[in-house]
Amino acid sequence: MSFNLALVPRRDVSLIRQVLTPVVALLVALLIGGVIVWLMGRSPAKAFDVFLREPLTDPWALQEVLLKSTPLMLISIGLIFCFRANRWNIGAEGQFLLGGIFGGGVAIATHGLTGPWILPLMMLAGALGGMLYAAIPAMLRNRFGISEILTSLMLVYVAELLLDYLVRGPWRDPKGFNFPQSVPFTDAAQLQPLFEGGRLHAGFALALLAVLVAILVFRRSLFGFAVRASGEAPRAANFAGFNEQRITLVVFLISGGLAGLAGMIEVSGQVGQLRPGFGQGLGFTAIIVAFLGRLSPVGAMLSSLVIAVLLIGAESAQVSLKLPFDLTRFFMGLLLITVLAGESLNRYRLEFRKEAA
Amino acid sequence: MGPERIRLTGITKAFGTLKANDHVDLTLHAGEIHALLGENGAGKSTLMKMLYGLLRPDAGEIRINGQPVTLPSPRAARAQGIGMVFQHFSLFEDFTALENIAIPLDGRIADAGLRAEVEAKARHFGLAIALDRPVHTLSAGERQRIEILRALMQEPQVLILDEPTSVLTPDEAEALFATLESLASAGAGILFISHKLEEVRRLCSRATILRGGKVVAETDPRAVSAAELAALMVGEGVLDLRPVADHALGEPMLHLDGLSVAPEGVHGVTLRDIHLTVRAGEVVAIAGVAGNGQSELYAAISGEGGRITAGQIRMAGQDVTRRDINSRRRLGAAFVPEARLGQATLPQGPLSENIILSWHATGSLGRWLLDTVRTGAVARRVIERFDVRTPSSDPQAVQLSGGNLQKYVVGREIERQPRLMVVDQPSWGVDARAATHIRQTLLDLAAAGAAVLVISQDLDEAMAMADRIAVMHGGYLSAARPVPALSRAEIGLLMTQGESPARGAA
Repeated sequence: MSFNLALVPRRDVSLIRQVLTPVVALLVALLIGGVIVWLMGRSPAKAFDVFLREPLTDPWALQEVLLKSTPLMLISIGLIFCFRANRWNIGAEGQFLLGGIFGGGVAIATHGLTGPWILPLMMLAGALGGMLYAAIPAMLRNRFGISEILTSLMLVYVAELLLDYLVRGPWRDPKGFNFPQSVPFTDAAQLQPLFEGGRLHAGFALALLAVLVAILVFRRSLFGFAVRASGEAPRAANFAGFNEQRITLVVFLISGGLAGLAGMIEVSGQVGQLRPGFGQGLGFTAIIVAFLGRLSPVGAMLSSLVIAVLLIGAESAQVSLKLPFDLTRFFMGLLLITVLAGESLNRYRLEFRKEAA
Repeated sequence: MGPERIRLTGITKAFGTLKANDHVDLTLHAGEIHALLGENGAGKSTLMKMLYGLLRPDAGEIRINGQPVTLPSPRAARAQGIGMVFQHFSLFEDFTALENIAIPLDGRIADAGLRAEVEAKARHFGLAIALDRPVHTLSAGERQRIEILRALMQEPQVLILDEPTSVLTPDEAEALFATLESLASAGAGILFISHKLEEVRRLCSRATILRGGKVVAETDPRAVSAAELAALMVGEGVLDLRPVADHALGEPMLHLDGLSVAPEGVHGVTLRDIHLTVRAGEVVAIAGVAGNGQSELYAAISGEGGRITAGQIRMAGQDVTRRDINSRRRLGAAFVPEARLGQATLPQGPLSENIILSWHATGSLGRWLLDTVRTGAVARRVIERFDVRTPSSDPQAVQLSGGNLQKYVVGREIERQPRLMVVDQPSWGVDARAATHIRQTLLDLAAAGAAVLVISQDLDEAMAMADRIAVMHGGYLSAARPVPALSRAEIGLLMTQGESPARGAA
């Protein structure tokens, strides 16, 4: 006798089931995570407290969560355009860095000047930097048929080295004691807190705006339909006369533009200067965010917040519980697995079959 | 009649609430060529899959050579002497014929020993095959002979063939029949699934007819007419096309002038110097064996693909050679591609959303934001006007049966009121009732003054619909000839040998 495990498609999936699935997936991931923490000899209850309760209840931490979710939201919304179209932009991290470099470049060039035009100019420059950088893999794919997965990924390392070169070379702060960093931005080049004594700035509102626009584009616009058609059935998109190369370029420009804007917001609103490593891998984390949100704008918004909670929780867990930061990465991977597994179990049901050998 | 090879009793198989097979009985004797007839969805494939171990019956008994058996897998079925030749080939394109034959034979490689056995087998059954040619260089008929040889190498006592002649020329089909007859006379039982009633009457001595999962008749097909067989399959007399009123022909709507197209990919066909004119009010059909350049021709005419190296395409009097599919649509053209799912429709998209694919350029659906009220209304109109049977009010394309989806696709284009309609394989894989409906719709469209170009592998369809027929062979298109003056033999000759371009200027 041998046993077979088969996936049998379900006919209809109830709405309740669809809504509950991610919640159950999160609970399962918490349960497994709790066991791991327990095996490491720490109290799961304490870890839960630090990871989830504090970031959500402490007002200061809550602001940090929203700040952390801002770049994740912007980047993942952009990535949804690429991934829905079945174009694989893995290089959002690089586009994020270029956005920071372009936006920061404007801040450095206008150092000492004041005026309300500086921040908008930095935003435009940041978005433009991300777009130009994302255009490279798109055009290589269109012109030569080169896989955008490889080119966009490898350009991340080029962007990191470019940033390294700039802050150690031409853009190094002469008064910075030879540290690899640019001059600190003046107030005119920094996003200011929305309210007194707080840290939350206008970047979060921009991220929410991007979510709203993306919802409208995918629900109602011809362009959103063209993107989906191009990803789900390229031959049908061709039959509809949607230009494949133009779609490739446009989704990369959108995705790069939003990642670039996020990069500018990060250097202007959080870091306050250019320095190596300001990317923190957020461009890669946003890929997980996009898939956790099942490539929907609302989903990406929610999963940005969840991941931001985890990232903030991880920072305090390192301090208070001496839990390694890698545990957070592990937990993000775990969460992705449980969500995807839940998704599969929604569409299919497991069936054990006995079979005579 | 020889001894009993297979006896199926009370075979029942349900998928959810749908009974695909409902107490089916069938007996196959040695030396018999037995036809299994029925519309798409009648349950033929389900039954054969159970006999080949791909599905398990919910109830009923399978006896082979008198012994009750269970067939948990194709391997078990093969061990019981059952071989199957599928409708869609399962060959590796870059391997040679001999290598492809060796693959499913456990522990055998394409060596001299196997070659000798295969050659002996091929000689015995009169199957001519170039064993050392890679499969991608072979014609559909040659590929099928490989599949059959592959099945024969396992010495089957029962051979199942699923629509084996759909890709064959008349000559190749004749050669296949001769092979099957000599197999049967050697003692094998053969189950033959086909839609083509004439060839069933020519070849088979018994026929089991399925409708809605049940056996509705078992008969000697030679003793009844094709029309009677068709009526048994469908249940009522719905298969005749209604002749349309005489109408005058108008301006040329489509004109191909010396069109040459470079192939796409290594297995593509080069189109050479193609001339064709389709006038308003006229139905022209392009016949030919699949893979002779029809797909390339459709793509060039619709603007979906193909690098045009010479010549011109004119629509409604305008040169559209370098224009995209949507500018052609704006001139009044509509296109129905070969693949219903994934080309004509987004499989996961609802029918209302699938309207957008061909309507967005001409249908005032809104420039930036789509008018979803309008797409929904258009979809409902298509569903009503063209009798599309749907499981819900706005289902996904993939939820429709093949025939209903094809009706939707054809209807969606006709609803645009085209002046030129180009249809690639209007009824491929569609059951008889839906096929008749679609053909009638296209005839009515021409009678109302549109130019209709039909590309079809089904010669009966081409002859039933067209005013003129041209034949595609090896990338060349013969001159289009008026149908009444054209015999099947002539077409068969054009399909296999083509027409030299020098003579083609008629």
